[in-house]
Amino acid sequence: MIKINQISKNYETVKALKNVSFTVDENELFGLIGSDGAGKTTLFRILTTLLLSNEGSATLNNINVKNDYKKVREIIGYMPGKFSLYQDLSVEENLNFFASVFNTTIEENYDLIADIYKQIEPFKTRIAGKLSGGMKQKLALSCALIHKPKILILDEPTTGVDAVSRMEFWQMLKRLQTKGITILVSTPYMDEAEMCDRVALIQNGEILSIDTPKGITNSFPYKLHAISADNKYQLIKDLRNHDNARTVFPFGNSVHFTTANNNLNEEELYNYLMTNNHTNISIIETTPNIEDCFMELMKPSRG
Amino acid sequence: MRTITFLLQKEFRQIRRNKTILPIIFVLPIIQLLILVHATTFEIKNVNLCIVDMDMSNTSQQLINKLEGSKFFEITSTTFSYNEAEKQLANNNADMLVYIPQNFARNLIKQKTATVQFIPNAINSNFATLAFSYASNVVMNFNKSITVDWAAHISPQPIKQIETKARYWYNPELNYKWYMYPGIMVILISMIGIFLTGLNLVREKEIGTSEQLNVTPIKKYQFIISKLLPFLIIGLFELILATVLGKIVYGVPLLGNIWVLVGFTFIYLLVVLGIGLFISTLAETQQQMMFIAFFVVIVFLLLSGIFTPTESMPVWVQKFNLINPLSYFMKVIRMIMLKGASFKNLINEFISLSIYAVAILGLAIFRYRKTA
Repeated sequence: MIKINQISKNYETVKALKNVSFTVDENELFGLIGSDGAGKTTLFRILTTLLLSNEGSATLNNINVKNDYKKVREIIGYMPGKFSLYQDLSVEENLNFFASVFNTTIEENYDLIADIYKQIEPFKTRIAGKLSGGMKQKLALSCALIHKPKILILDEPTTGVDAVSRMEFWQMLKRLQTKGITILVSTPYMDEAEMCDRVALIQNGEILSIDTPKGITNSFPYKLHAISADNKYQLIKDLRNHDNARTVFPFGNSVHFTTANNNLNEEELYNYLMTNNHTNISIIETTPNIEDCFMELMKPSRG
Repeated sequence: MRTITFLLQKEFRQIRRNKTILPIIFVLPIIQLLILVHATTFEIKNVNLCIVDMDMSNTSQQLINKLEGSKFFEITSTTFSYNEAEKQLANNNADMLVYIPQNFARNLIKQKTATVQFIPNAINSNFATLAFSYASNVVMNFNKSITVDWAAHISPQPIKQIETKARYWYNPELNYKWYMYPGIMVILISMIGIFLTGLNLVREKEIGTSEQLNVTPIKKYQFIISKLLPFLIIGLFELILATVLGKIVYGVPLLGNIWVLVGFTFIYLLVVLGIGLFISTLAETQQQMMFIAFFVVIVFLLLSGIFTPTESMPVWVQKFNLINPLSYFMKVIRMIMLKGASFKNLINEFISLSIYAVAILGLAIFRYRKTA
């Protein structure tokens, strides 16, 4: 269980974290979603005892990260955003090394890492620097798990990994969760939020919202329409010029659109687009996803 | 202890696997010791002479023969034009002009005195001074021989002369290589200590592995020991290698006790490892580390008295050398090897280096704990 209480961190004049508080329950898969520079890594570095906060406190399984940092280090597994294992040691040597500094062996905790490590085991004599991105990430996860941590903290584990490996990775996390590990993971990809039990949205060092993915999407207060046409760029421009437009965001092949009075007259909009020479127009009401909610929550801070 | 063993195992494995560092550990000392000793020698040989003999007498010819007979000089050109000779000097074809004026022999007989002019190229003042003093020596000998010759004509009794004979202690053959060799050993051991340690530490920082280690139960002191110990061992290994190599190749003696030498090297290595560790806390990247270390080593080295004794340097340099570990070790290693100094003779240096080691390691570890 992770309890974060009113944590603030300043880097000289920049406020990286402002009064961040939330709780991650025992055995929960908790996602921290935010764009680059939102403060995710800073928060993780504080939780993993690498950085001291200016204000506030945090406990991991009721152990204080500031006062009892040595005990914290024994119960956490941390995988930093940047691959930081020994590039000149082989897969096996890396794993052995991290096992031995935690006073354990690969064999002792093999069952925990088995289904991850099996995928890279055929390359166990290869030096880590020569592994592909996906394999590096699996090795890093294996190393973070080798001492059977109670809490796993992963900083953007899927950044720079292909779509298939990303899906695989989240399934691995789900399986780890069944073994009783509390997992806190950050990601800039909003679609991954759906995989978490709960998510916190963070922006400019502030937590905007904490809820289940469903709860966040349900709380979206507006009717949302997905609008598409042949000329997407012109479509965005024209929608923005529409009198009733509130938000216009491109999303995949379509444009997500909400109205100021929250009551879209589809026929009127269709005609408006027709008169602006659009072709193949389609207007469908759609359910909001995390990204829509995030854009919505971010709106005030963008002015 | 178990953790340190694992850390050390990892360090040695990485060093062994490093395709750049490993050859440097073995090749660098051999190249430095075998090549640099020749390059840094101050002995001068083969001074190219351009002779302008305007006299063309027997006596002048005798003087020229004397010069040619010396192992230091080689006559590369002769001319009768002073301008031509100057050109030779300007083109670097000659290192020194020898100008014997007209009536050299006649003046010598009639006026009992004559002049001969030496003009050395003094771009390298040291070289010029030495060349000139060799030449004056030749002239003095020549002087003596003609006096004796003429005196023999007058009286059958040979003229008694006071002759000075120098016996050079500790380095009887005035072998400059013997003097330089221990100096090069100091450079070698300092480089291993400062550069390899520092770069190794900064690399962990740069790659991000030191952060990964920080979330493990490894303690800082265990990490530092695992980083310093391998290079301490390598440094001592290089000392033995260099001592043996010097004995075999140049016959550089080791007059003192080997254990005194090893002991001093051990303390000196603690100092340079401390400097390496300290610089690594100032640098974020290996490039920065390289530049800071290079600057520090060059300054320390040139002021350390590797080429010239520090006693002949300005007073401020001598003061500076109080904090220059290279200057202590430079002195100690030469005294042990060439002079056979015992531990008793070096007690002051021992105390200074020990204080230095404790201070710099303490400072470096303090800074390391704060920054990493």
